[in-house]
Amino acid sequence: MGPATYNALFTVHGLTMIFLFIIPGLAASFGNFMIPIMIGAKDVAFPRLNLFSWYLFILGATIILVGIFTGDGPPDTGWTFYAPYSLKTNTNVVLTVFGAFVLGFSSILTGLNFLVTIHRMRAPGMGFFRMPLFIWSLYGTAWIQLLATPVIGITFLMIAADRLFNIGFFDPAQGGDPLLYQHLFWIYSHPAVYIMILPAMGAITEIIITFSHRTVFGYKAIALSSLAIAFVGYLVWGHHMFTAGMSEIARLIFSFLTFLVAIPSAIKVFNWTATMYKGSISLEPPFWWAMAFIFVFMIGGLTGLVLGSLSTDVHLTDTMFVVAHFHYIVFGGAGLAFFAALHYWYPKMFGKMYNKKVANRGLLLLFIGFNVLYFPMFILGYMGQPRRYYDYLPQFATANLISTIGSWILATALIIIIVNLLRARKGTPEEIDDPWGGRTLEWKTQSPPPLENFEDIPIISHEPYDLISKQRVDGTK
Amino acid sequence: MEQSNVAHTDHFDPTASKLGMWLFIFTEILLFGGLFIVYSVYRYKHPVEFHLAHLELDVTIGFINTIILLVSSMTVAMSITAMQLGNKKLSLILLAITLLLALAFLVNKYFEWGAKIHHDIYPGSEFLMSLSKGDMLFFGLYFFMTGLHALHIIVGMVLLSVIFVKVKNGSVNQNRVSLLENGGLYWHLVDLIWIFLFPLFYLIH
Repeated sequence: MGPATYNALFTVHGLTMIFLFIIPGLAASFGNFMIPIMIGAKDVAFPRLNLFSWYLFILGATIILVGIFTGDGPPDTGWTFYAPYSLKTNTNVVLTVFGAFVLGFSSILTGLNFLVTIHRMRAPGMGFFRMPLFIWSLYGTAWIQLLATPVIGITFLMIAADRLFNIGFFDPAQGGDPLLYQHLFWIYSHPAVYIMILPAMGAITEIIITFSHRTVFGYKAIALSSLAIAFVGYLVWGHHMFTAGMSEIARLIFSFLTFLVAIPSAIKVFNWTATMYKGSISLEPPFWWAMAFIFVFMIGGLTGLVLGSLSTDVHLTDTMFVVAHFHYIVFGGAGLAFFAALHYWYPKMFGKMYNKKVANRGLLLLFIGFNVLYFPMFILGYMGQPRRYYDYLPQFATANLISTIGSWILATALIIIIVNLLRARKGTPEEIDDPWGGRTLEWKTQSPPPLENFEDIPIISHEPYDLISKQRVDGTK
Repeated sequence: MEQSNVAHTDHFDPTASKLGMWLFIFTEILLFGGLFIVYSVYRYKHPVEFHLAHLELDVTIGFINTIILLVSSMTVAMSITAMQLGNKKLSLILLAITLLLALAFLVNKYFEWGAKIHHDIYPGSEFLMSLSKGDMLFFGLYFFMTGLHALHIIVGMVLLSVIFVKVKNGSVNQNRVSLLENGGLYWHLVDLIWIFLFPLFYLIH
């Protein structure tokens, strides 16, 4: 594989995984399904706008795919499109950034729809502090989608205009400032990480509460920590640019704010642990997924602190350490939570149950493969292997070999998990309205839910995770 | 936004659609906000060139366009009030005036841009490339920001035309006025952005 192919590959990998899978994965897909049902509504506030944003998503995805296969080859800039290289390369940048712009528009409309839905459509009696915690996390996410996405939209338009009309916004030869591009890019793209991870944390919260069969510990703390992450996460973009040439003061402030994000994240983890304490835990597949999530997310989070401190970042920036950290957060965090949510709500969505044994084995294999794949990268990065190079020095060969073996284990596990879920689709429908003993509203209707979710809109008279609400369901059935 | 759940008569919620519209307007302001940041950074870096370059712009046309947009904002607001009071005919006339004013704005803009391009001032032109970096950035920003704004004018015109038809056939009426109100809100936004663009490009010192 030559350097050009390698550059194109990691760019396309980043583009598709970030813009097409992990940003819409939990927030948009599970949000659309679960928000109305968990707040006891028939549908989102603007159903037609919702359909429109879906069409936009397909349109944007198509444009990006066309951009990969046509023109002078797929973009080779990395998913960040850093100027001035993104202005100079001959590859298909304009089409790709336009596709990303359309996707951004779709994301904005989705966020807008969720915000209005949560504000206007809650069932009678459901105050803000009676909402399930997954809804709280999606509420924070929706604000980020709304407030951050326009900035990347206009930045991508400027890149396209620079290339098409030779304006020179970010081209130093014409007075433009590439560093300004980096600022504008990360003003969106750092909060975008929270678009990925906040709904993930929300789904994990639901799972832990359900399988601990206890009421949640620290409801308000978890709810407000979602908003805190959304707010502080908006202000930390500079930590992607510590070595790019910012003033000392700016770097100190951004580093400090980065450390602040750790506080609400830790609040969540500690409250999850406290919820499990003395609970009557049932070890079902979604719970195992949640445990795997916490484990890898801890590693990802703690290595984030290493990168967030100025002195260590100078050593580790642009090495494989960053790649490992990022994948521990985004694949290990958001990706595992996506599968956790899928295993948790699968019976609700299809009215069928998958093979739990296979699901557990698949997860175990995935967990092993994941760590074998990404953990060596921490060491490689510490030893000094830079990222985004198509070749490496001989002393890095062993760790890279281990990593490759891990990737094959991981791929096998993913195939097992996905085939298991697909096979369950063909199974016979079961009467599993509430297979896990969940207490939030989605478990009080049929599986799969009827059109408009409920026969009658429920009236809420208690906190979302009160055990009394469980008993009431048992009593009526 | 404007396509709220009009078809579902059973859960028509004007508050929700107005909330959605305000949120959408917020994202539009952030979209232009990115450009305002770029403008301020480059003006800070090239204050003299920005000042000299702005002398090339035609303040008279800019001023006329400002007046046109302000009046059109007024007529659309009056059209909403007329509809709320049940005067459908007056509402339609005022909407039509708004659309004509918007067209006048675009015609003005066409002549203004045309004159610039005639003088070989447009992004990437040989003449512009021979000028200083500050000039290039000023005119790049000028064309990009006023162009994006003109695009919003066109979108607004399409929106108001659709609303015009809906008022005419009665699906927007005295009791269901929120689509017209939201169209008006969007038009005020377009006006507001111009109120910022005009001093930034034509009047700076």
